[in-house]
Amino acid sequence: MKTSRGHRAARFAMAAFVVALAATAFGQSNTADEIAKYRAALQDGNPAELWEARGEAMWKEPRGPAKVSLAKCDLGLGPGVVKGAYAQMPRYFADADRVMDLETRIVWCMVKLQGYTEADARKNPFGAGNERKADMEAFVAYVTSESRGVKMNVPQSHPKEREAYALGEKMFYFRGGTHDFDCATCHGEDGKRIRLQDLPNLTNKAGAQKAYTTWPAYRVSQGELRSFQWRLNDCFRQQRFPELVFGSDASIDLTTFLAVNANGAAFDAPAIKR
Amino acid sequence: MIKRCIAWSVVGAAAAWLIGCATAPSDAETSAKAAQVMKASFNARGQAGLDRLDQDETQKVCTEYKAKAPPKDVAEKIEKQNLALIKWPADGRYTGDWKNGERIAQEGRGMQYSDDPKGPVGANCYACHQLSPQELSYGTIGPPLYQFGKVRGYNDDTRKYAYGKIYNAEAYNACSNMPRFGHMKVLTEAQIKDLVALLTDPESPVNR
Repeated sequence: MKTSRGHRAARFAMAAFVVALAATAFGQSNTADEIAKYRAALQDGNPAELWEARGEAMWKEPRGPAKVSLAKCDLGLGPGVVKGAYAQMPRYFADADRVMDLETRIVWCMVKLQGYTEADARKNPFGAGNERKADMEAFVAYVTSESRGVKMNVPQSHPKEREAYALGEKMFYFRGGTHDFDCATCHGEDGKRIRLQDLPNLTNKAGAQKAYTTWPAYRVSQGELRSFQWRLNDCFRQQRFPELVFGSDASIDLTTFLAVNANGAAFDAPAIKR
Repeated sequence: MIKRCIAWSVVGAAAAWLIGCATAPSDAETSAKAAQVMKASFNARGQAGLDRLDQDETQKVCTEYKAKAPPKDVAEKIEKQNLALIKWPADGRYTGDWKNGERIAQEGRGMQYSDDPKGPVGANCYACHQLSPQELSYGTIGPPLYQFGKVRGYNDDTRKYAYGKIYNAEAYNACSNMPRFGHMKVLTEAQIKDLVALLTDPESPVNR
């Protein structure tokens, strides 16, 4: 894995922490307690704020061949309304005649308002710390931060929104690849872990709410702000599937399924995770 | 859904038939469309080709039951089919070197598009199971396997079962969360034997 210089210290601290754990050979419950303490310590000061600030500045700045800002981008609540928009996405957009998640909608606005080509708007969706910054993750950080504390209320009134949910549910249980994995293999039961990493149960309301409302997140181990598109992409990599295409229909259907299941909970991201 | 639609048309409620069938696709139609959309939403990358989205019969049936245990008759059929697919060791020996087995159980790399296709391929048993008590970083998706051999007996029946289970878990528990390591050619025969040793050798830390 590539290492970003700015976050070596944090990673070193984590490595030292893990070594300390192994050396003292805590029992399992002590290990879990220590990890809970480490996670609590992370909550003081979230570097996601840097992405939020950069995203907001870029959002308001004239950019692209048309040299206009994204200030008039319609995220579903009308042109220019960012506050609370993410808590109602993915949703059906009449101008595109399809259901879009946040990232797909940002691409749409970059093409329609700023004059980028589709390919240019889609390239480099996931950054790599200080080595390669991604504009998309900064936009995502800014827009999602404007829904912090807002109750999730993802619509299911349009037939295409309902279809996206139904397809997303099927995809959640789609078993394939060399390991027979589906999403539910890891996210179908309460209180499970991979190694020491707790896994949310996305098949019940409370689990789906807690998990979905805490993405995007700043990943300490990667020194990077990670979007929900990235979350899905990397899950499928670990499932031994081929690569999920950024902004693909399957990614939007799955996001719709998970976002609707989180309805009713207060959105609480960008968060910070291990 | 289709059956119900036909029944409605038979009793003459043509309007209900039209409304019911025109707006709501059947479950099978949704499944077929989901598989189709999946195919169009992934790119082949590295060693992971799009053929990994082609489901075999077991994957298809288990998808249908949404991670829940299928009915008894369906489960028995899946288990029978998969049992017949197990290739048992030609030399009749089910066990190998537990020290190698421990390394294979720890190794998380293999088969991901981000992995070197020529690099190591492990089973990553600790991701889901507790095995050697020295390893505290273990997952809980599968049952703990600490003292597997000690409890089940250091004999050929136990070893054959462990070999078969690692080779093809679907032969013993339909729609199990566990991969079919041998059947899918993730692990070699020798690697599976080494894992059997980790589980069933009296000297293995699993049984100490």
